[in-house]
Amino acid sequence: VDASYFLISLLNGLSAGLLLFMLASGLTLIFSMMGVLNFAHASFYMLGAYAAYTTMRITGNFWVALFLAPLLVGLAGAAFERFALRRVHKFGHVPELLITFGLSYILFELVQLVWGRASMDFQPPASLQGPLFTIVELPASLSLAWGSPPAVCQAAAGAVCTTFPVFRAFGMGIAIVMLVAIWLLLTRTRVGMVIQAALTHPDTVEALGHNVPRVFMLVFGGGTALAALAGVIGGALRVTEPSMALTMGAVVFAVIVIGGMGSLAGAFIASVLLGVIESFAVGSDRSLGDLLAWLGAHITPQTFGYAVWSVKISQVAAILPYLFLVLILIFRPKGLLGKRED
Amino acid sequence: MATAERYAFKPYNVGRWIIWSGYALILLIAPLLFTSSLSLTMLIQMGIAIIACLSFNMLLGQGGMLSFGHAVYSGLGSFFAIHALNWVSAGTLPLPVSLVPMVGGLAGLVFAILLGYVTTKKAGTPFAMITLGVGELVAAMALMFPGFFGGEGGISGNRVAGQPFFGITFGPQTQLYYLIAIYTFACTAAMYAMTRTPLGRMLNAVRDNPERVEFVGYSTQRVRYIAFIASGFFMGISGGLSALNFEIVTAEVVGAQRSGAFLLFTFLGGAVFFFGPIIGAVLMVLALVLLSELTLAWLLYLGLAFMVMVMFAPGGISSLIMMNLRLAAFGKLKDLWTSYLALFGTAFAILAGAGAMVEMLYHLQLNAALGPKLRFMGVQLDATSAESWILAGMVLVTGLVLFEITRRAFNRDWGQTQEEIEREIKRREALS
Repeated sequence: VDASYFLISLLNGLSAGLLLFMLASGLTLIFSMMGVLNFAHASFYMLGAYAAYTTMRITGNFWVALFLAPLLVGLAGAAFERFALRRVHKFGHVPELLITFGLSYILFELVQLVWGRASMDFQPPASLQGPLFTIVELPASLSLAWGSPPAVCQAAAGAVCTTFPVFRAFGMGIAIVMLVAIWLLLTRTRVGMVIQAALTHPDTVEALGHNVPRVFMLVFGGGTALAALAGVIGGALRVTEPSMALTMGAVVFAVIVIGGMGSLAGAFIASVLLGVIESFAVGSDRSLGDLLAWLGAHITPQTFGYAVWSVKISQVAAILPYLFLVLILIFRPKGLLGKRED
Repeated sequence: MATAERYAFKPYNVGRWIIWSGYALILLIAPLLFTSSLSLTMLIQMGIAIIACLSFNMLLGQGGMLSFGHAVYSGLGSFFAIHALNWVSAGTLPLPVSLVPMVGGLAGLVFAILLGYVTTKKAGTPFAMITLGVGELVAAMALMFPGFFGGEGGISGNRVAGQPFFGITFGPQTQLYYLIAIYTFACTAAMYAMTRTPLGRMLNAVRDNPERVEFVGYSTQRVRYIAFIASGFFMGISGGLSALNFEIVTAEVVGAQRSGAFLLFTFLGGAVFFFGPIIGAVLMVLALVLLSELTLAWLLYLGLAFMVMVMFAPGGISSLIMMNLRLAAFGKLKDLWTSYLALFGTAFAILAGAGAMVEMLYHLQLNAALGPKLRFMGVQLDATSAESWILAGMVLVTGLVLFEITRRAFNRDWGQTQEEIEREIKRREALS
């Protein structure tokens, strides 16, 4: 494996992992606070991307969209909590899960109703397009050039150049800022203290005069706003289309189980880990059979189970999160950093 | 009081005999009442869906386990059944076609033993997420191994295979219908019988109070595991039957959408009562076959109906039926029928107004090439004119306002009636 490939795969993986964490953090916050698994979380992610696309269309300014889309989606999330989720709270956790499941259906259809079924042309603004830096690998040396590829890439045949886009780095920056902001909010502010207290002792907090249902509404709205923020980045980075919720949703659930239900740090580790592993897996064309052959086994198309041995790692990349999920459940049922085992 | 109400002549429970004979009779004469080819197709699918929804409800209603990936077991059952069918056709497997669904059942059983070990380690919300993950895993794998799953094209077969048995080849749909009816009746009976066993009772206990079950000395995990395996078996049978019916199995039978449909309709039918999923299954086939023909926005309506149901009637349609049966038993239905009429009338207005708007939006979005005009409930609408939109909006707002007013009045009446019934029950108890 050459060094530039390794570096760029690592960076891409980190960027994917951080994007995943932006989604997982909101989901984890909502889950640990309210005990509600928001099945529609990825739908809010999708809604964020579409809202940002439309705001950008109207105002022509990406920064307004980056600010406004999470705000709007957060308000929608808070309204959903206030008028629908709160009603079923008394029935228990399963109906709560079911109502968010119903919402995911409705949002999926509504998005198709308003924006149509084709994918949207949602691009990052011109100031955030293009490569941030280029890794130039000459046979003898490895160097890094800021901005677009240097002249050596076109001329010299021996140079391997890999670029890293600005917007990817921007997304990583946003995720890290968000991570720090959540951490500061939860541990350093009065609201954060109330939220943390309401997590374990809602009755006491209520007796002290805090409006716990409103705190719940805030948390749900905040969590969905985080999902929408991830949607703005994810929509511009990848594709903005109705199926984006489906592809992201199941992975995020796997992430928070692997990290340990309700553990923010666990969700962070799990999402970065999954992002990096997936990024490396996509670029690998080895298979299980190669490993066995390396170990001395003789694998031919006549070998029993050849279909399994010949599957390439790159083909498995998409299902790695679920494989990890199953493995974690067998060997460490409470997740990487989970506290409770229930 | 409960024993006095039931007509129990030992050793026969007459009420139960009447209900089950009625069920068998309906299964028997349904194809004679609905004779068209389309309705026979739908009846067949209903029979299959009834088995699937009932076995799904074994987890959801009786065990309190919410599975987001249960199509895995019916889907794998389908695949194994279609392979078995092809082996029967090739002459390598000496098995009558009528037993091919049992192969699906066994496949469902085996995979439930394998995958259920992982999933049933947890209960509640984590259980739901794990089933989702396992479902995604299997769905992705189905596309990865085209040798077994047939890739995009799927695996096809022919159910007219092997030796005909007394002239039964399962070629004509009617013969297939009766095979499926027999399976449906047997599976329904078996699943009902299971709710009466100590295991079924423990499953209910695990749903209601797992902590106490542990204290009594049972392993909640093992009870969930066994129930999961049983459910997987019946899911597999339904998958095997659908393989016989469609004669083709594609990878989407293990997909998340199928699992979602099982959940949605089982809940709509009602998870609280044993017969709820049967209503749900009938609704499922009606929605998938008829509603999807009627409107493009059917998934939206379905989602909305589901959300309203979760919010206002978490027991589903079957609980609504049972509540009104209770009213009728106490002779109170006549006090409420006017409010019901008002409720339905205003709800219809809301539906008409909102439906018109949704249909116009869908028309603009998807059928723009056909021009702006469309017909909705017999009214000519123009999706581009303000007039149609204002009209629909007015119907919607009027409906909403009137509905809210009648709903409040109805809530008051309902509470009052329930109190009267409670008093009546107390009075009868005092008398006996």
